[in-house]
Amino acid sequence: MTETSPRPLRVLAAMSGGVDSAVAAARAAEAGHDVTGVHLALSANPQSFRTGARGCCTIEDSRDARRAADVIGIPFYVWDLAERFREDVVEDFIAEYEAGRTPNPCLRCNEKIKFAALLDKALALGFDAVCTGHYATVVLKDDGSRELHRASDMAKDQSYVLGVLDERQLAHAMFPLGDTLTTKDEIRAEAERRGLAVAKKPDSHDICFIADGDTQGFLADRLGTAEGDIVDESGTKLGSHDGAFGFTIGQRKGLRIGHPAPDGKPRYVLDISPVNNTVTVGPVEALDVTALTAVKPRWCGAAPEGPGTYTAQLRAHGGETEVTAELVDGSELRVTFTEPVRGVAPGQAVVLYDGTRVVGSATIATTTRRAPAVA
Amino acid sequence: MAYLDHAATTPMLPEAVEAMTAQLSVTGNASALHAAGRRARRTVEEARETLAEALGARPSEVVFTSGGTEADNLAVKGLYWARRAADPARTRVLASPVEHHAVLDGVHWLGEHEGATVEYLPVDSYGRVHPEALREAIGRNPDDVAFATVMWANNEIGTVMPVAELAAVAKEFDVPLHADAVQAFGQLDVDFAASGLAAMTVSGHKIGGPYGIGALLLGREYSPVPVLHGGGQERHVRSGTLDAPAIAAFAVAGRLAAERREDFARDVGSLRDDLVRAVRTAVPDAILGGDPHDRLPANAHFAFPGCEGDSLLLLLDAQGIECSTGSACTAGVAQPSHVLLATGTDPDLARGTLRFSLGHTSTKADVEAVAQAIGPAVERARTAGLS
Repeated sequence: MTETSPRPLRVLAAMSGGVDSAVAAARAAEAGHDVTGVHLALSANPQSFRTGARGCCTIEDSRDARRAADVIGIPFYVWDLAERFREDVVEDFIAEYEAGRTPNPCLRCNEKIKFAALLDKALALGFDAVCTGHYATVVLKDDGSRELHRASDMAKDQSYVLGVLDERQLAHAMFPLGDTLTTKDEIRAEAERRGLAVAKKPDSHDICFIADGDTQGFLADRLGTAEGDIVDESGTKLGSHDGAFGFTIGQRKGLRIGHPAPDGKPRYVLDISPVNNTVTVGPVEALDVTALTAVKPRWCGAAPEGPGTYTAQLRAHGGETEVTAELVDGSELRVTFTEPVRGVAPGQAVVLYDGTRVVGSATIATTTRRAPAVA
Repeated sequence: MAYLDHAATTPMLPEAVEAMTAQLSVTGNASALHAAGRRARRTVEEARETLAEALGARPSEVVFTSGGTEADNLAVKGLYWARRAADPARTRVLASPVEHHAVLDGVHWLGEHEGATVEYLPVDSYGRVHPEALREAIGRNPDDVAFATVMWANNEIGTVMPVAELAAVAKEFDVPLHADAVQAFGQLDVDFAASGLAAMTVSGHKIGGPYGIGALLLGREYSPVPVLHGGGQERHVRSGTLDAPAIAAFAVAGRLAAERREDFARDVGSLRDDLVRAVRTAVPDAILGGDPHDRLPANAHFAFPGCEGDSLLLLLDAQGIECSTGSACTAGVAQPSHVLLATGTDPDLARGTLRFSLGHTSTKADVEAVAQAIGPAVERARTAGLS
């Protein structure tokens, strides 16, 4: 278990219909907690978003979650959070792309839905904690405070998308999968052993509210298409696109530039300018970033004072890199990389770690590119 | 445990269980000519006579179906197709907007796929269709009306419709009127002949009979186009091998429901009145849904301002009190009840409803459990608010 509690807690287990959250709920119940399962209906029209067996929005997922709850032997409800999800996650996702940034909707969902709307309602209804199938570890300190740490298994660690949780949210979070060194196969085997039919269900990877995985199509439907230029660093037009919002910093594929670069090397998206609907491309070296600023910092515990040395993670499933970071005016985080890093996209989160401990998280606003090398 | 969801399903009566189990090990297809078939047919026909008597109908007017939903579908689609076949001008369908989905969705489907013009009859704030409203709707053009359908009593808010008066209006214009009497049977004086209805739906498991059996009471002059085609059983209106054990048990439950109706209405009605008083004492601003007087004796329906019905359900369930929000679910997601919206209830208020429905096993202890739990539950649900 994430923590051994002297008293059984009233736990609300968020059950997506997938194997992880089902095993998490089962473990919480087995640990003696009074567990109630809840499936979040995140689409007002459940079939419209997704008809496959994966993701979080289908009638099938709701049924799978209900079946799992029945087998575990816990009450089960479906809560309609579609309106909140649309406002706080889907609309935010669209607006961020429209502004030329690259959002992380899973992180936003944890911040605004699972550990805000859901947690608040759970607490109001008398629950002590919300349990999810995330891979991360909550450590209870002697002074009663809590720390969020990476999962024991770094390969499955999801602390990046939980870095937005503050101490109050963490105090009511339970991640029963976080401290197990188990492969996904072992989680599936555990589900099988527990008689959970979701044991063999495929993983969900993509964005739950984009049915076919076609993010560009999803955005084009909502933002419309507007032809613009693709230019190189000197401003020379190389091609055109249907809308700057469809691109991500560091993107290489799908640029549809007719002729190759003079040096024959691949070109990457360096900059997205929604104002004049222009996408700038260039060589991979030009993606190197030496520093960034980030806004809306969220601290897990007290905000650090003065500059400090940390490791940072810049995208989900991304590696760690050494940084110094300082909070300026209490609201802007300035991060300097020891070695330049590539492909940093505004809109993504920068999560700071001290060892395995999550220190805090902020949304990347601007980046500083390395000055071009003198020829 | 306080089981207060009898309108969803009610425990089978021991007598019905006995009748059913006795038949389960008996072989015989009621359509076969040999001795086993004759034995099964006798069981079915005796049950038909019993049920007909309980409902004030002739045995030939009882068409067995797989339940209330199928009987509603047969009435809605079958009458529409038959009436339109007799005269292509008849494509207008009149329905109350507070029907159960088994009627409402069928009517909607006719509009989407069969060229029907669906008109929803106006209802008052109790969800009642007034005879004048039906007269006005038919009177606009009596020749193009295929049929009308108005439930006998509402399953959510319990309001009783003036069925006989509505049927009299329909009869003046020779328009067949169907009524879903699934909730009314066993609680109200349901007499098919006296009602003047063309067709009427009843269901087994709502009256202490088994699941999966129901009937459409059907005037002999009506031949709805079948929904299920096959061997031609049940007046060629509803094919399929007859389920003798379920039919036998349904008849036993139906007979007892009719015999015990007055006692049931008095005793359960009095418990229900206690429950309404207890809820109002604990939560003074709770709003009783439906007609306060002319309502199903076993139904109590409340709106709790500022609460999510789902939250209340969860909190009461945790206390062993089983009731319902009264609204239909899609993927388990509660939608605001179409019944309440039709009565003009504010949509936010419509989200905070609970239906307590009592039945033959209800006790004072059940009411007491609600009296104890409802106040704190509402207080807590209000803190959680509307999401």
